[in-house]
Amino acid sequence: MLIFSVFKTLTDQVVTVELKNDLCITGTLKSVDQFLNIRLDKISVVDPERYPHMMAVKNCFIRGSVVRYVQIPATAVDTQLLEDATRREHASTHKR
Amino acid sequence: MDSLIPFTTSGSLVDCVDKKVLIVLRDGRKLVGVLRSYDQFANLVLEDSYERIFHGLEYADVWKGVFVIRGENVVLLGEIDLDVEDEVPLVQVPLQHIMPLHNAENEVRKKNEIEKGKILMKHGFVKEGGEGDGY
Repeated sequence: MLIFSVFKTLTDQVVTVELKNDLCITGTLKSVDQFLNIRLDKISVVDPERYPHMMAVKNCFIRGSVVRYVQIPATAVDTQLLEDATRREHASTHKR
Repeated sequence: MDSLIPFTTSGSLVDCVDKKVLIVLRDGRKLVGVLRSYDQFANLVLEDSYERIFHGLEYADVWKGVFVIRGENVVLLGEIDLDVEDEVPLVQVPLQHIMPLHNAENEVRKKNEIEKGKILMKHGFVKEGGEGDGY
């Protein structure tokens, strides 16, 4: 659930999603759900000539299972905070 | 509970209903149609759909009608901007013209994927997707 929370804090940021077929889509992160399905607005495709079918698409829904990477702005995530949160989550799920 | 709606599959797809959408499937097929229904797994129902076959900046349409898509096969659902659609430099050509080109392109892609898989395997990577992420 932690990564889901991270993505929720990233809404309205501009991110680049790389799919397992190498298609890279840049857009504004509109929403994300528990499967890490991603909704992007105002999209642009890196290398549009290779993917002509994306030319007329303005916003899209990407199924979480086909995502390889999500590139996020480095300033948008506090790694120290994330580290602490990870430890805290681990401690809370492993307590006796 | 209301505040959770924007963060569900249902919440994010509701504004695409009754819109013209493009679906990309895991086997590489592209479908264009009107989205009529969906659920939390991204199972989709398309009406008045056709498969659109691309080669470079040319395309051909094959009529399909009503299509129910199992969610696991969906890569991406894009809402088509009807204003932009008329301006993109794509041209429709007859199916007979594009089919051989499209098939040849697929053959090349399949071969490349196999080669890529072999090279990655040598470096200790597992083959991604398995039953074809050739989309």
